[in-house]
Amino acid sequence: MPHISLRSLNVTYRDRRALRDITVDVPDAQITTIIGPSGCGKTSLLKSLNRLIDLSEEARVEGEVLIDGVNIYHPKADIIALRRKVGFLSQKPYPLPMSIYDNVTYGPRMHRMNREQIFQQIAELEKDRSLGRLCPESTRLTARTRRGGEMDLLVECYLRVAGLWDEVKDRLHDPATGLSVGQQQRLALARTLAVEPEVILADEPTSALDPISAKLIEEEFQFLKKKYTIVFVTHILRQARRIGDYVIFLYLGELVEHGPAQQVFTSPRDEKTRAYVAGDIS
Amino acid sequence: MRWRRIKDSLATRSMYLAVALANSIVFLVALGLFVKARPILATTSVVQLLFSSTWHPLRGQFGFYPFIVGTLAVTAIAMILAIPVCLLSAIYLSEYAHRRVRELVRPVIDLLAGIPSVIYGFWAVIVIVPLVRATGGALGSSTTGYSLLAGGIILAIMVFPIIISVSTEVLQTVPVEAREASLALGATRWETVKHVVVRSALRGIVASIVLGFSRAFGETMAVLMVVGNVPKVPTSLFDPAYPLPALIANNYGEMMSIPLYDSALMLAALVLLLVVAGFNLLAHFTLLRIERRS
Ligand SMILES: Nc1ncnc2c1ncn2[C@@H]1O[C@H](COP(=O)(O)OP(=O)(O)O)[C@@H](O)[C@H]1O
Ligand SMILES: [Mg+2]
Repeated sequence: MPHISLRSLNVTYRDRRALRDITVDVPDAQITTIIGPSGCGKTSLLKSLNRLIDLSEEARVEGEVLIDGVNIYHPKADIIALRRKVGFLSQKPYPLPMSIYDNVTYGPRMHRMNREQIFQQIAELEKDRSLGRLCPESTRLTARTRRGGEMDLLVECYLRVAGLWDEVKDRLHDPATGLSVGQQQRLALARTLAVEPEVILADEPTSALDPISAKLIEEEFQFLKKKYTIVFVTHILRQARRIGDYVIFLYLGELVEHGPAQQVFTSPRDEKTRAYVAGDIS
Repeated sequence: MRWRRIKDSLATRSMYLAVALANSIVFLVALGLFVKARPILATTSVVQLLFSSTWHPLRGQFGFYPFIVGTLAVTAIAMILAIPVCLLSAIYLSEYAHRRVRELVRPVIDLLAGIPSVIYGFWAVIVIVPLVRATGGALGSSTTGYSLLAGGIILAIMVFPIIISVSTEVLQTVPVEAREASLALGATRWETVKHVVVRSALRGIVASIVLGFSRAFGETMAVLMVVGNVPKVPTSLFDPAYPLPALIANNYGEMMSIPLYDSALMLAALVLLLVVAGFNLLAHFTLLRIERRS
């Protein structure tokens, strides 16, 4: 069973319908890109997958989103557990108003993870990476012997995963707001991964970044898809071609076409998709 | 082209002038008060004036200590009462209330801010003073109700509107991305408010409190109606007190034939000004400390 399936999902803001009757399954352990012109409902769709859309007071959601078979819009749904399972990377990174270090530990602290749970999580992270050890032996040794050392280990591991460690290792306790936007986005990624989600939602995560940071993030996602189900919103077609395994094409709030990237880009079934992929409409 | 440049420099200069004027008023006020207070400063030492508790204008004894303590005590009580209530209200309005509730509450708060001080005073005499009397009685201290506590309560109520509305606005300027970043990690709403929203808005919240209390220091009418106005250092919440603004308002223009009385009141005003300035400086440095820490 796929992690995520949408069943007749409708989203309206007051009287304006932003998404109409979306029914689609998101394949597991792949990168699914959501493409479509600006204002077509990509962000709304993404935010209805972890119920961040609840934050907009005008938004009304109808239909079902099943994650692991459970409808997340059921009145008794556990939203905290949902959001822990479904990570989110926003278009513009927002560093939490605290140090770099505390940004990474924020999730685990909120979930009251204890020392053993954190060591367990790091062990699994390294096993899945099949790259051997993420952190040098010395870090792991001090982590074992020092009080609070597990958090140091966690911070180092996830900053390494996000490709930020070398740039910030000497200023971990400085405010995160001092980082460049590209670094902030990688910090946001580290922060998201630190709660070990199963799904990662990314809303045009590279659009505010310089080309080099954008490339770093993109490569990171290629790597992450081995382990996570990824839904990646982009309005850059070339990016969707580069990283997407599966494509969902939205146009004016409607699901026009979805399928394997290969098929959608080379032989689209719908006229609108053809036009969009060819760059005739945008 | 030249004309545009002249206009630009004109605009810059007039803005500079406006700022300079606004800032110099503080010094002009202080200077004026100082000049008028000179006579009394010439007869008695500053230490004597500030730390003596004897207030006998007829005998030429002007000790401001009870009034300074009264001012600080009333303000402190008001602060202790107002800050938690205001912050919780602001957090509720900004983070929890539905937009319609917010829109409904806002005009009510604006109305509260607009009620003349004397009306608050009357209401306090009718409601708060008896309540304080009853409470004091129940706790075994006989009090008229005209007390430090009554003054503090009415002062707290009077600063509610400004602190609530300014901090609500400050909280609302925190971008929605801040809340999303925290909630998306599985934090609860309260955790998000506590660790992210309030922290992002801390500077503005402190500023709103400073704003409220700068006003509270000088708030006269309502406080003097319920605070008792006895020039003695209060030793309990139920004792009467006599803040500086009440002293000035009650006496200026009367008994001016007493030598140095006029000068003493000017000094009282100067002291009040310095207390407010000191409070502002303190707040300023607290803010700097908070910012350096985070
Ligand atoms: N909070 C909101 N309130 C009202 N309308 C909104 C809100 N968010 C999005 N919309 C509207 O919904 C439509 C889809 O927006 P969005 O999901 O942000 O599209 P995209 O991410 O593809 O640009 C747009 O027409 C937008 O104006
Ligand atoms: Mg968008």
